[in-house]
Amino acid sequence: MPNLRGKSRRNFLTHCLTGAVALGASANFRGSAEVFSPGAQSRVVVARDPMLRGAGAAAGQERVDPRRMEALLDRAMLALFGGGHAAAASPESIVAAWRNIARPGDAVGLKVNTLGGKGISTNVELVAVVCERLQQAGVKAADIVVWDRDTEELERAGFHINIGGDRVQCYGTDRVDYEDYLSAWGSVGSCVSKILTRSSSVLINLPVLKDHDGAGVTIALKNMYGTIHNPNKYHPNGCDPYVADVNMLPEIRSRMKLVICDAITAMYEGGPGFKPEHSWKCNGLLVSQDPVALDSTGWQMIERKRAEMGLKTLEAEKRAPRYIATAADSEHRLGHSDPSRVVVVEA
Amino acid sequence: MNSEFTPQENVARVSIDRRSFLMCALASSAALGAGELATPATAAPRATAAATQSDAQFTFEAKFYEKLPNRKIKCKLCPRECIVGDKERGYCGVRENRGGIYYTLVHSRVCAAHIDPVEKKPLFHYLPGTTAFSIATAGCNVNCKFCQNWDISQSRPEEIPAEYIPPHQVAAVARQCNCPTIAYTYSEPVVFAEYLMDTADAGHAAGVRSIVVSNGYMQHDSLEQAYGKMDAVKIDLKAFNDSFYAKVVTGQLKPVLDSLVTLRKMDKWTEIVYLVIPTLNDDDEGFRGLTKWIHTNLGPDVPLHFTQFHPEYLLKNLPITPVPTLERAKAIADAEGLHYVYIGNVPGHPAQNTYCPQCRKMLVERVGFTASQMLIRKDSTCPFCRHPIPGIWHA
Repeated sequence: MPNLRGKSRRNFLTHCLTGAVALGASANFRGSAEVFSPGAQSRVVVARDPMLRGAGAAAGQERVDPRRMEALLDRAMLALFGGGHAAAASPESIVAAWRNIARPGDAVGLKVNTLGGKGISTNVELVAVVCERLQQAGVKAADIVVWDRDTEELERAGFHINIGGDRVQCYGTDRVDYEDYLSAWGSVGSCVSKILTRSSSVLINLPVLKDHDGAGVTIALKNMYGTIHNPNKYHPNGCDPYVADVNMLPEIRSRMKLVICDAITAMYEGGPGFKPEHSWKCNGLLVSQDPVALDSTGWQMIERKRAEMGLKTLEAEKRAPRYIATAADSEHRLGHSDPSRVVVVEA
Repeated sequence: MNSEFTPQENVARVSIDRRSFLMCALASSAALGAGELATPATAAPRATAAATQSDAQFTFEAKFYEKLPNRKIKCKLCPRECIVGDKERGYCGVRENRGGIYYTLVHSRVCAAHIDPVEKKPLFHYLPGTTAFSIATAGCNVNCKFCQNWDISQSRPEEIPAEYIPPHQVAAVARQCNCPTIAYTYSEPVVFAEYLMDTADAGHAAGVRSIVVSNGYMQHDSLEQAYGKMDAVKIDLKAFNDSFYAKVVTGQLKPVLDSLVTLRKMDKWTEIVYLVIPTLNDDDEGFRGLTKWIHTNLGPDVPLHFTQFHPEYLLKNLPITPVPTLERAKAIADAEGLHYVYIGNVPGHPAQNTYCPQCRKMLVERVGFTASQMLIRKDSTCPFCRHPIPGIWHA
C-alpha cells in the first residue's frame, strides 16, 4: 500500500528527495530554540475580573467586554513576566512582555479549542486581544494563524475564517492536512498538522478549562490532541501517558512558548461537550509558560468547584488526570506538577 | 497442470464500461484519489473544504451499540466497548455519537480498492488462482505498531481521499472485473461492519462471494452477524500472549481466540496468519503454545501462515524476520500435528506450496502470489491418494 498521505507519486518522490521533511519544509518554521524548559519553579498567573462581561450584563449574557478583556490579559502577561502592576503599566512594558513570546519575523500559531461549540470554546474576544498584542510586538498580521482541527468548528465557535491577504489567518487543519510523515515519541505515533509545522515558528496554546469524562480534565496539555491526526487512539487509560507523549512530539515541544487558558466560562462536570448545567462563569484567565503547572492549577480550580457543588473529587471518581504527573516525570520534564514548585500568582 | 485450473485473465485485458474501467484503473494505481490531491509545496490552505462528497451519504446508524443516559452510548462492536459521549468518536475514529445515536461514518466510503490474487490475503485454501476485488475504508479498532497500512487504518475518514461506492456498485465492479470474490481488507473491516454486511448481501445477490481479512477482535454477536455473511475468513493472530496484545497491538488476545472458536463452530472456512516479529513474538514457547491451542480448539486442518515481518510504522527499529526463524516456527507447528503450515512473504519458499498430509505430494504450487499449479480434485481430495484436502477449492 502506498502512503495515501503522500497523495501522489510525484509528491511522494518530492517528499523523499527533500529528505528530512520531519524537520520542517522551511527552516524558518522550525521551533524556536528558546523553548520553555522548567527551572526550579514555574509561575502560573490566575487573573480574574468579576466584571469581565460588563457591569450591566444581563443574566445569561455571554459576550465579554473587549476593554476589560484587554486589561485582564495585560495584567496577566505583566504578572507573568514581572512587568509590574497593570495600573502602572506602559504600552512599552506590555510590548516587552509579549516580546518574550514572539518577535518580528516570527510566525505565530494560536491553537484554540473549539470542540465545544459556542458554549465552551476559546473566547473570540480573547483571541482578538492576543492578535493585537502580537502585532504590537512586531509580528505581521498575516503571520498569525488562529487554528484548530476543523474550519467548521472554528466558525461554529464564532471565529471568522480568513485565508490569504494581509489579515490574521484563521482556518482548520482540514484546509491544509496533516504532514505525510509520522512523528513518534513514547507510546505515540502521529501525523502533525501542517499549520503547526509549516506556518508556525511559535505556538501559543489557548485551551479552555473543563472537565473531561475520560481524562479527568482537559486544559493545556490535552488541547494538543487537536494538533494530531489520530487523537481517538489516545483516550484509553485516562489518556495516560498519551497526553504527555503527544506534548513531547518535537513539532509541538519545540514551538510551545505560552499557554493562555480561557477560564471565562469553565466546566466542572460533564465535559468535554458543553453542558450549561455544569458550567460556571469563572471570569478568569490562567497564563503560564509551563503547561504542566498550568494544568495542575486548573485541575485544582475544577476540584474546588466540584467540592462547592457537592461532587466527589476526580480521584474518587477514578478519573484523576494522572497524565499531568506523567508530563512532569523524569522521562518527559514538560513542567512541574509538584505544588511546591509552582508559584500561583493572583492578578 | 490440472485442466481444472484456469488462471484469471489479466485485469488490464478485461473489457468493461468506463466507470468500471476507472475503478479498475484506480485499483491498479493502488489507492482511490491517488494523484488527485497534490500535497502543496507549502501549506497554502484551500479556500474551500477538500471534501467532494457529502458526509451524509456515508453516515448510517451503527448496528452494534446500546444507548446510555446523558446521550452517551456503549459500542458493542468490539471488546473495547467504548463509552462515547455526544459528539465524540470511538477508538476506531470512524464511529461518532451524535445526540445519543451512534453512527458509522464509513458506509460506502472506500479509500482503497485493488484487484488482488486471493493468495495475497493470504487465503491458500480458497479458490486458488482467482482474484478478489479488495476494498477498505479508514479506521481500525487496534493500533498495531507494525501496521503496514497505518495511513488508512490509523486515520479518520475525513483525513484521506475516498470515493462513494455503495454495495451494489462494489458487486457490479467485481463482476465486471471477473473477480469471483469481494475482499474486505487493508484496514480493519470490523470497523466498517455495516458496509461489509450490506456489500456481502449485494455480492451474493450478484453471484459474487465475500471474504474478510481481519484481526478477529470482535464481540460474539457482531462476529456472528457480520462474518456469518462471509464465505471465508482470514484472521491475524498477532501473538500468543496477552502482553504482546496489550503493548504492541493495543488489544487483548482472548477475544481473538474466542472469535476463532466461534468461526469454527459456524463452520466458516478460516485461515490464520501469524506475523513473526523478531524479539517480540518469535520464541519457541509461543509457537508451541499457539500451535497446541490451534490443534486442540480448531483441529489440525486449519491453515496457519507464519509470515515474514518487514519494518513498518512504529517498529522500524527491528530487522526483517530471518527465514530460519520462520522455518523453526513451521517445524514446531508441523511437530504439533498441524497439517497445513505455510511460510509467507518469502517468495519461492517451498513452504508456500500445499502438500497432501497423507502422501506428501505437492498439490498446489505457488510462486509469489500466483498459484502456478493446482491439482486438487473437484471433490476436494488429493489426486494421488484421495485424501480429503479441506478448503474451498473450486467455484
